[in-house]
Amino acid sequence: MPSSVSMPVEQAGAAPKSVAGRYYRRFGLFERVQHAGMMFAFVGCALSGLPLLFPYTGWARTIAGLMGGFEGAALVHRACAVLMATVFVAHIFQFLWRGLASGTLLSVLWGPNSLVPQWKDALDIRDHVKFFLGKGPRPQFDRYTYWEKFDYMAVFWGMFIIGGSGLILWFAEGLSPWLPGWVFNIATLVHGHEALLAVGFIFTIHFFNGHLRPEKFPMDMVIFTGRISDHELREERPMEFERLRREGALASIQTTPPTAGSVLFGRVIGGTALVLGLITVFLILYGLFTG
Amino acid sequence: MKPAALIRTLLLLAAISVSAQAATKTAPAAPAADPNEVCLACHGDAAAKGASGKPIAVDPAVFAKSVHGEMQFKCTDCHADASADKLPHAEKLAPAACSGCHEEAVRKFSTTAHGKAIKDGKTAAATCHDCHGTHDIRRSKDPASKTHFANIETTCGACHGNDKFAAEQKLPGGNIQAQYHDSIHNELVEGKTLYNRAAPTCTSCHGTHDIQPKSEADSRVSRAHIPDTCGSCHQREKTVFQKGMHGQLQQAGNVAAPVCSDCHGAHSIHRASTPTWQNEVVGACGNCHDDFITSFRHTYHGKVTTMGFGKVASCASCHGAHDIRPASDPLSRVSPENRLETCRECHPRAGPQFASWDPHPRPKDKDRDPILYWTNIFMEVLLAGVFLFFGLHTVLWAYRSLKIKFFGGGKGH
Repeated sequence: MPSSVSMPVEQAGAAPKSVAGRYYRRFGLFERVQHAGMMFAFVGCALSGLPLLFPYTGWARTIAGLMGGFEGAALVHRACAVLMATVFVAHIFQFLWRGLASGTLLSVLWGPNSLVPQWKDALDIRDHVKFFLGKGPRPQFDRYTYWEKFDYMAVFWGMFIIGGSGLILWFAEGLSPWLPGWVFNIATLVHGHEALLAVGFIFTIHFFNGHLRPEKFPMDMVIFTGRISDHELREERPMEFERLRREGALASIQTTPPTAGSVLFGRVIGGTALVLGLITVFLILYGLFTG
Repeated sequence: MKPAALIRTLLLLAAISVSAQAATKTAPAAPAADPNEVCLACHGDAAAKGASGKPIAVDPAVFAKSVHGEMQFKCTDCHADASADKLPHAEKLAPAACSGCHEEAVRKFSTTAHGKAIKDGKTAAATCHDCHGTHDIRRSKDPASKTHFANIETTCGACHGNDKFAAEQKLPGGNIQAQYHDSIHNELVEGKTLYNRAAPTCTSCHGTHDIQPKSEADSRVSRAHIPDTCGSCHQREKTVFQKGMHGQLQQAGNVAAPVCSDCHGAHSIHRASTPTWQNEVVGACGNCHDDFITSFRHTYHGKVTTMGFGKVASCASCHGAHDIRPASDPLSRVSPENRLETCRECHPRAGPQFASWDPHPRPKDKDRDPILYWTNIFMEVLLAGVFLFFGLHTVLWAYRSLKIKFFGGGKGH
């Protein structure tokens, strides 16, 4: 990989100092495209679907009206749902392809590079809370922290729950020869509750954990540029850094700093999603308290 | 034509027209004792004012076109306490006595809401001239009449369409004209259909010289009589209504049973096919069937209608309108036998088990649907758990991060 930064990467040995201007590749283009597609589809589904959860509010009618009434909102909702499902299927294919092609399916299912929750994550939660309370050091995180794993697994769970119930409701008539009618009652309830969970979670907890907390404020650009600075990798994910350093793998993932253009692009689409998401949270709270 | 012949012809024409004018002038002069001429000597002046400064002018042209003018009534036929022989007459004359001729109408009027109000000393209440006019009274079939069907709205609206007056006098229903004006009935009256002659205006329902408040049992708009009053035009609907559950209850004397106006409204009646009305009627059903509306709101049908969009099923789509029957009645649209057919009106491909969908789900009712109940509990616990854990997690994290950022002490860095 051509690099404008030619400083050598430290080899195993004494604890190194972070190098300003050095970046590593954390997410590939395909992963960033998936996140962007997911963002777009998620915001679209949220805005077109939430009016149905708070139909008694003025904003519900306004938003649905802007989409051309409830039929227009349904069209937007289903178009975004198809996009979301496409991202999900693409992700599964990427996962299988990567795992099977390199023969390392096990390493994506378990170990430090896996998003599957493990015992260390339970210990990390305990230690992180201790740290919040000022009773211990910050835990040493690896490539994926427990809250990132929760985000990821929540999307997985949500895909089946919200996607499954959504498909049942979308094709209610077509499915009715095989499904009893009461299933549609369950699907309506589950779809709505899960939507509230997902939207509420992403637009508050995920936004805070990923972007709004003081260390990252206002946004963490890594998911848009794919690049993490040497300093950040050491600070936030010391175990991963140590591991890569020991393995001598840092050089292979070292890359150019993010270009001004890619940062601007990330700020615009990420900032838009942040603003829309926070407005949505406000509208939900308004709906909950006026309902 | 020669000039001399032309002059002769013109002279002849002039002579004819002069004699014709003389003839018309002399004709009314003959009964010189017409007392109206005597009255008009003073009252015919458009600027005439009485001793108190009140205008007392009577336009003879207007009176001539009125029904009484057409019949060549004398002023003193109505103003009996004035006489051409004894002038000037008393400054304050008694009100024109309609009862002299319209005895029956006046007698009936005295028992109406208006008549009683006057008897009770409410002088602002409408009396004969408020609806019929004074010197300008015309036959009701005359389009210029205050009581022509197309003008009734304005005539009644003089009081029942006047916000200030309605508030001062505590008129029931406030500004009724405003409610009536946009109704389907007024749309018909304003001639937007071919049948405007039959179009209902105020008097069609309330009557004229028999107007009674709805609280009176024999009122045309009392709860007991509304189906008959509406049914005088909507005969078919009345017949169907009387066979349905609501009509049965109403005929059995249940005063709480809904009648036409409970669902359709009284004055602001809209075409039943308008989406606005179809949404509003859900609220009307909810006046009695509150818990069914709450449960209806849990469904897609209920949510979309709450937002104010039509086109999806609301109460009447499944239950019918005038012929609503309980689900236990085999003739009901929602009876177990007919339910699926009812669903298929909108969902033509609905399978045999489609109707086991609950259009009134109650997630908090364990006995009605245990699966829904436990699913709801599960989802609520899931939501509460996630938001409690991560909410607390976020608050603590924010506290620690802000403390480190502003006060240092990067323990663990």
